[in-house]
Amino acid sequence: MSQTLDSSRRTLPLVAPSVVVLFLWMIVPLAMTIYFSLLRYNLLDPGSRGFAGIDNFVFLLTDPAFVTSIWNTVVLVGSVLILTVVGGTLMAVLFDQEFPGRGVARVLAIAPFFVMPTVAALVWKNLMMHPVNGLFAWLLSSIGLEPIDWFTHYPMLSVILIVAWQWIPFAFLILLTAIQSLDPEQKEAARLDGASGLELFRFIILPHLKRAISVVVMIETIFLLSVFAEIRITTSGGPGTDTTNLTYLVFQFGLQQFDIGSASAGGIVAVVLANVVAFFLVRSVARELKPGA
Amino acid sequence: MRANNTLRTTVLGWAVALLMFFPIGWMALTAFKTELQAVSTPPVLFFKPTLENFAAVFERGDYLKFTLNSVLVSFGSTFLALALAVPAAYRMVFHPTPRTGSTLLWMLSTKMMPPVGVLVPIYLLFRDAGLLDTVTGLVIVYALMNLPIVVWMLYTYFKDVPREILEAGRVDGASAWQEVQILLLPLAWPGIASTGLLNVILAWNEAFWSLNLTTSKAAPLTAFIAAFSSPEGLFWAKLSAASLLAIAPILVVGWFSQKQLVRGLTFGAVK
Amino acid sequence: MKTDVLRSSLAAVVLAMAGTQAYAATTVTIATVNNNDMIIMQRLSKQFEAANPDIKLDWVVLEENVLRQRVTTDIATKSGQFDVLTIGTYEAPIWAKQGWLAEITGLPADYDLDDVLKPVRDGLSYQGKLYALPFYAESSMLFYRKDLVEKAGMTMPEQPTYDDVAKLAEKMTDKAAGVYGICLRGKPGWGENMAFLSTLINTYGGQWFDEKWTPTIDSPEWKKAVGFYIELLKKYGPPGAASNGFNENLALFASGKCGMWIDATSAAGKLYSKAESQVADKTGFARAPVAVTPKGSHWLWSWALGIPATSKAQPEARKFIAWATSKPYIERVGKEVGWASAPPGTRASTYANPNYVAAAPFADFVLKSINEANPNDATLKKVPYTGVQYVGIPEFQSIGTQVGQAIAGALAGTTSLDDALKVGQAAATRAMRQAGYLK
Repeated sequence: MSQTLDSSRRTLPLVAPSVVVLFLWMIVPLAMTIYFSLLRYNLLDPGSRGFAGIDNFVFLLTDPAFVTSIWNTVVLVGSVLILTVVGGTLMAVLFDQEFPGRGVARVLAIAPFFVMPTVAALVWKNLMMHPVNGLFAWLLSSIGLEPIDWFTHYPMLSVILIVAWQWIPFAFLILLTAIQSLDPEQKEAARLDGASGLELFRFIILPHLKRAISVVVMIETIFLLSVFAEIRITTSGGPGTDTTNLTYLVFQFGLQQFDIGSASAGGIVAVVLANVVAFFLVRSVARELKPGA
Repeated sequence: MRANNTLRTTVLGWAVALLMFFPIGWMALTAFKTELQAVSTPPVLFFKPTLENFAAVFERGDYLKFTLNSVLVSFGSTFLALALAVPAAYRMVFHPTPRTGSTLLWMLSTKMMPPVGVLVPIYLLFRDAGLLDTVTGLVIVYALMNLPIVVWMLYTYFKDVPREILEAGRVDGASAWQEVQILLLPLAWPGIASTGLLNVILAWNEAFWSLNLTTSKAAPLTAFIAAFSSPEGLFWAKLSAASLLAIAPILVVGWFSQKQLVRGLTFGAVK
Repeated sequence: MKTDVLRSSLAAVVLAMAGTQAYAATTVTIATVNNNDMIIMQRLSKQFEAANPDIKLDWVVLEENVLRQRVTTDIATKSGQFDVLTIGTYEAPIWAKQGWLAEITGLPADYDLDDVLKPVRDGLSYQGKLYALPFYAESSMLFYRKDLVEKAGMTMPEQPTYDDVAKLAEKMTDKAAGVYGICLRGKPGWGENMAFLSTLINTYGGQWFDEKWTPTIDSPEWKKAVGFYIELLKKYGPPGAASNGFNENLALFASGKCGMWIDATSAAGKLYSKAESQVADKTGFARAPVAVTPKGSHWLWSWALGIPATSKAQPEARKFIAWATSKPYIERVGKEVGWASAPPGTRASTYANPNYVAAAPFADFVLKSINEANPNDATLKKVPYTGVQYVGIPEFQSIGTQVGQAIAGALAGTTSLDDALKVGQAAATRAMRQAGYLK
């Protein structure tokens, strides 16, 4: 016991810098944000700055776009998680088998992960999904169908597809590593017992992937909660508020309307919501991850 | 039966790979077309490649300056994050306290703050510290932004390092720092490398802070691409050329290091 | 060993960072939009640098929305990152009022300020003082395809009405051939769809606010105008109209997909250039259409160069903006790039230049539109604000964008027109109450 205490004191300087800078990084802007959220503060009109009490929060929470944005955030995060985990798992199973040129094929398949979100959104918007000049429009019209106007009629679906395209490789990479760590003898034994491919997947591979899937869900959730560039470039949160997520709503307050008071209030609400999500996520996923738990 | 299976897997595997890669490939192809070819229907597949789009892009901005900034910022922030995270993760794994678990989770939860909500506070702080439009400023922001993920990845990776070796070293009277330097770093090198790689990728692609905290001197490639996101008239080919230039370096790095990346991306998940 | 590598790479990074911060000449950082005219300016500015070796120009070229964000954050926090800002007639007076812009004084004698068109100068002034120099200026007008009008057996009046537009659009539309009778802005934003819609609403007799600053977005005039707009685009517009802004429509018209397009006069230069437009010899123009009243049926806008009060290089910045908006600069563009690309709308001398008039058949027409646009009298009923396609108060960006989003939703068909206007009215009322205009 005393030895543990000693070693923990001895090594405290090792962890302290990280904790201290992260604490500052979190607490200083957070404190300033809380302060701003209580002010009437529009960047464009600094003269009218004054104490606003909870007005900004009332203003935000009574905005009809607020509830929509929460719902959109949930839909976006949830759908992308499902698509990437399912897609990533299927691809991992596929690439777990030997086939000619597997290395090169894998390199091509993970490429989307290296593409910056801005570029991904621009390429999909202009080259793929554009209703007049896009490739999809041409494909559909060449088989005699009416081109689909993606961002008008299926705005959320379009954003989900783009984001999922970027994150599938990430899920795929982690899940592939996990599958490859599976003991080949175990698979062979199951096969000898007469298990079909599907049964093999259901009873051997999937349980083995549980932990890796938790990791994917956790990391992706952190990033997906703040999806922004894809929405700004393709739909600007619209039509109406159909693709406005919470991050985008805060962006509109802060950088389109320059209403720092309301944007700060939005930031605080987002932090609170994120922590609620984090609480459940971290509790359930982290249990999976903690060794010996 | 077996050969049949392999054929099916091959076809399927390549189909999936090409499908995933297709938008990038198409973009690369478009970058070498003329503007009129880029929008023509049906799409042109065979054409005489032109470099005029690249010339137009180079003329509009100092591509090398943007690229250099991207390299400095992503590698600089990675070094800084690793320098902070390696000791922290070492302690959390080898000298855990009752609070270690919650510290780790708390670090992750700091990642959930939406950047837009804190832009103005950060902007004001940076203005007063003279960090606006400096590479140093971006290095700090990215290092802190990715620190939680880095700590967590290293934590799970260090878990796999056999304790006995470190304990043997400890008996010889090595200090904590020597322990990290001499024993842990060589053992955990692959994990540290892949953690660093992921960090480089995330920093390279980050577009919010880089656009808002830089003007010209420190602007990385994400700012470069912002000048092309909706220009006038026909612009598909120029946009493709600029996009290709912006992602090419990281794509190459990613491809060459993917084996390394895969090894470390486990987040301790394979156990 | 490995830590050595780590250490030396860190040292390299630190060195490189220090290296990027050393400059000899005075640096002038210019924030500008990625419009064609600005890109030409960037290219020609090498000549300015050659003539002024003590000044180094640093360019920050961004897309319009990003630029506005960036520049506003910077100037409102007095961070002084930029020395020259590209701003419009909307920002200039508002920012001047806040004391954020340096007054433009001490121009060289040969600058000839009186040559700059008066409506444009007035738009960039606050309380009689000038705060930015216009780089180019524009009004709005109707572009159409002469061949398609002929094919439809109709003619385009010099002053069309919106009823004429609807009839022509019906005749011109040939979806199978990929030709859509009418292209209009649909992308939400106060400077995008609401710029066009404000002129449409003005000419239908509506306005943004009544004399007591109460929003009038749920008025019958708005309903009629916006209803007409949605129906027109739904029937005869291109797919994806709700996400088309100025640039998208320019691309559509230039590639021959639109029959008519009502937008900025500054598009004319590009539509008539053979290199950039497939319909250069088939494009005709007419005045912006009218409905109930001619008042406010065409807008007035100018992209101008201003200097923030926080700039530490004001004399150098002033030298540059005077150069970029001067008569010799316009001459230079004419000679080196082509007269059709010369920055329009700023100077009387441009329109007196035979070279320009020969290259730009639309020249007189644009000049007339700009001179006739009156931001102080753009609505049928009296209003407390100035501006044709915008309202000159800081809160308008927010209100305009929210209303624009709601209308884009109605255009896309996700909400009804009535709901969209109701949402817009509520948003505007909320914002005006928060800003203290309404009790």
